[in-house]
Amino acid sequence: MQDKLILGNKEFTSRFILGSGKYDVNLIKAAIEQGGAEIITLALRRANTEQTENILDRIPEGVTLLPNTSGARNADEAVRIARLSRAMGCGDFVKVEIMHDAKYLLPDNYETVKATEILAAEGFTVLPYMYPDLNVARDLQSAGAAAVMPLAAPIGSNKGLATRDFIQILIDEIDLPIIVDAGIGRPSQACEAMEMGAAAVMANTAIATAGDVPAMAGAFRQAIEAGRTAYLTGMGRVLARGGSASDPLTGFLR
Amino acid sequence: MVVINGENAENASGLTLAQYIKNAGYNAERIVVEKNLEIICRADYDKTVISDGDSIEILNFVGGG
Repeated sequence: MQDKLILGNKEFTSRFILGSGKYDVNLIKAAIEQGGAEIITLALRRANTEQTENILDRIPEGVTLLPNTSGARNADEAVRIARLSRAMGCGDFVKVEIMHDAKYLLPDNYETVKATEILAAEGFTVLPYMYPDLNVARDLQSAGAAAVMPLAAPIGSNKGLATRDFIQILIDEIDLPIIVDAGIGRPSQACEAMEMGAAAVMANTAIATAGDVPAMAGAFRQAIEAGRTAYLTGMGRVLARGGSASDPLTGFLR
Repeated sequence: MVVINGENAENASGLTLAQYIKNAGYNAERIVVEKNLEIICRADYDKTVISDGDSIEILNFVGGG
């Protein structure tokens, strides 16, 4: 049986969600290809006529667009942005992202639950970005979220799995895909999240600030695939104490 | 006065949305328009007339995480 990631009514083979912020639109196609990403996030902003490049012209057909609600400071603003994004005619996926703290960029879990409930009822496939709190994750599930996206560390920090133990609780207790979002800075951290049982990893800044954007997207792809395989395989055990020889304990030369 | 994307657009009043979008140089396939907090679907650009007092947002997708 193929190992699929199911979000809403769509199935995905890739478990790498790629962000498209903070790097040249000309690199997006190569990053998607080398990263093997089937989902890419976008933001909605005021248009201007000086800007000749449109990001939609750079995204290969068949890639699912995941517009975020960045800029929203409360549920009402997130709902407004989500509806406008859907009116673009590129599908009904939305990453709910609500924050009003410019220093740490931490999500407002309470407003996120409210927005998720409204948007799920309107038929959106809602992927809420959240601070990893078990009770909130349960509320998001009840509200109709298609997945839960806990942060690993503050957005753009590349600090890795600072919330590791709390993400593990969500993975163990919530019957929805847990997609680790924000703060993942290295392929090894993405791999660790997948080994823990995360359903997918979303990364943007780690790739955008790398020396070679498409090559780093490729490194994340490999790391995420390795972590997923390790998780499905079942990890080797850890000894509390002492060692255990890997070689036969008989037939020594003396 | 008409406000479009936060700026005064003095000459927009009286135009249809379709006319304004074309004159300003937007690609209609790549934008979404909100007039007085109401989403205007593309099929209605032709019959939506911009009036004094309107507040309009013309938005598009950009890179984001």
